[in-house]
Amino acid sequence: MTSPSLVGKNARRFAAPSVIPGFGLTFGYTLIYLGVIVLFPLATLIWQSSGLGFSGLYAIAAEPRVAASLRTTFFISFAAAVVDLFFGLIVAWVLTRYDFPGRRLLDAFVDLPFALPTAVAGISLAALYSPNGWFGAPLADYDIKVAYTRWGILVALIFIGLPFVVRTVQPIISELEAELEEASATLGAGRLQTVVRVMLPPLAPALLTGFALAFARSIGEYGSVIFIAGNIAYVSEIAPLIIVVKLEQYDVPGATGIATIMLAISFAALLLINLVQAWSRRRFGHV
Amino acid sequence: MSEKLRKSLGLGILGGLVALTMLASAHSLAGQTFLNVSYDPTRELYKAINPAFAADWKARTGETIELLASHGGSGAQARAVIEGLNADVVTLALAADIDAIASKSGKIPVDWQKRRPNNSSPYTSTIVFLVRKGNPKAVEDWDDLAKPGVAVITPNPKTSGGARWNYLAAWGYGLKKFGGDEAKTKDFVKAIYKNAPVMDTGARGSTITFAQRGIGDVLLAWENEAFLALKEFGADKFEIVTPPQSILAEPPVAVVDANADAKGNRQLAEAYLDFLYSPAAQAIIARNFYRPVHPEYAAKDDVKKFAKIEFITVDKSFGGWAAAQKKHFADGGIFDDIQKQELTR
Repeated sequence: MTSPSLVGKNARRFAAPSVIPGFGLTFGYTLIYLGVIVLFPLATLIWQSSGLGFSGLYAIAAEPRVAASLRTTFFISFAAAVVDLFFGLIVAWVLTRYDFPGRRLLDAFVDLPFALPTAVAGISLAALYSPNGWFGAPLADYDIKVAYTRWGILVALIFIGLPFVVRTVQPIISELEAELEEASATLGAGRLQTVVRVMLPPLAPALLTGFALAFARSIGEYGSVIFIAGNIAYVSEIAPLIIVVKLEQYDVPGATGIATIMLAISFAALLLINLVQAWSRRRFGHV
Repeated sequence: MSEKLRKSLGLGILGGLVALTMLASAHSLAGQTFLNVSYDPTRELYKAINPAFAADWKARTGETIELLASHGGSGAQARAVIEGLNADVVTLALAADIDAIASKSGKIPVDWQKRRPNNSSPYTSTIVFLVRKGNPKAVEDWDDLAKPGVAVITPNPKTSGGARWNYLAAWGYGLKKFGGDEAKTKDFVKAIYKNAPVMDTGARGSTITFAQRGIGDVLLAWENEAFLALKEFGADKFEIVTPPQSILAEPPVAVVDANADAKGNRQLAEAYLDFLYSPAAQAIIARNFYRPVHPEYAAKDDVKKFAKIEFITVDKSFGGWAAAQKKHFADGGIFDDIQKQELTR
């Protein structure tokens, strides 16, 4: 969230002195750092798969097993991000708006999925949801299977995506003034009306950012998913697993091809979300 | 703060960061000790072998050496070595993985497998069945795995070297049962994989799924993994069923010539692999549930555990690893085909 003082100033502001020393130096450092750490590896990826050409990439994506895994990855990631959006908002709301004993501790718990090695998350979730696990056993009585099915993938992705929504929405909620709700109530709005017409619009851009982050994170997730997915071809194989399978056969172009396809789809999805976000920012004029 | 001071502070931070980065990379380059790159189920084995070899080496040369071991999926390990992991020796699950290092990096000569006795395998293993105590589904032979209602746990042959042994063992049994009829064998193997509710990416993952999560009726496992599971989880929970026929798994070892030479470790590397064939190491090997190539060096009780099995080999039944890999496991190979036909399940 950029602070208002930096928004809409003229170009001189660009190079004005700030707390961080030497604009030229720091800007150069930023460029080099981003280049070496982010852009260069991604460029290598695209370069390695460039020999395939568009028809080659399409042939890889159209391969039934790859296509099935891409569908699995993107659909379940989307579903998980939707779930995180809803419950993340509630968690953020409760943690910001109410004071209760142990609030800070709960607040710290939110970050655990960030810190935990994803394989550990996957193994613990598989243990919990397998038919002899704490959650899995009662569910199995109703013939509901979670671990080693697509539901398992969903559970793992919900787990790793949650902090993104909570952490992006929290600061905005704390900025919202409670007076707004009170004004809305005194003007005769019902609870639902207040939530939908007064509270949600200013939160929308942050919610979308959180959604996009959770979605993006889920698409790339490997460690936690393979332990709980079952990895059955055409059913519960995720795209990153197919990349590993290709690498296992020393098929580097095939693997980078899938990676490039995923990168392109993710980029398109993030761009779309950003456009929606920009629109909602203009529409509601907040943040 | 003056402009000058600010600038020098910036330079200082930048310099510090650069220095830190360089220091970190220099440190990782300096760690040149002896490295054995191996696969997952040998963790316990080399934990026992390494101190024994270090003691032996010290007795012979007076040098104290630090031996490091790296474990992971066999294919992933081979790839790491190809991409520059500085291994002095590799001790992997399949000849195909060492072949890949030889052909793709040139760090090992292509005739590596002839350099040591017994196809460069100081120990062998095989594929057996681990079932739940009392064998409730009465699994005795490969036929029982193809029956409807028997859940079979095996790792994915596409990601796991061990899983490829499982698959080939089943295929070899099918060939014999149907008198070499490949179409019938394929249906038979397909029926087995149709019974697999979970495919982990590695052998250890499958062991955990079966033993700890309680999924499935039978685990297709390395013999040493099966014994380890009995030891870890208790013989009151599981038992080992040895099929009358299985495959002879020969996990091979090789010196990575280019790396060992560059590090000046050539002699050490050769000695390390030779040591694996020595009486002391063969006894450790048997104790860790691998079949020693010299059973006469091992304790009788350890050897007694290994049931008599009629073995098929990859060389005789499949014409070597390269051929088996291409026909069965490559993209568009028979295993892909088997899974494709499962689309509708």
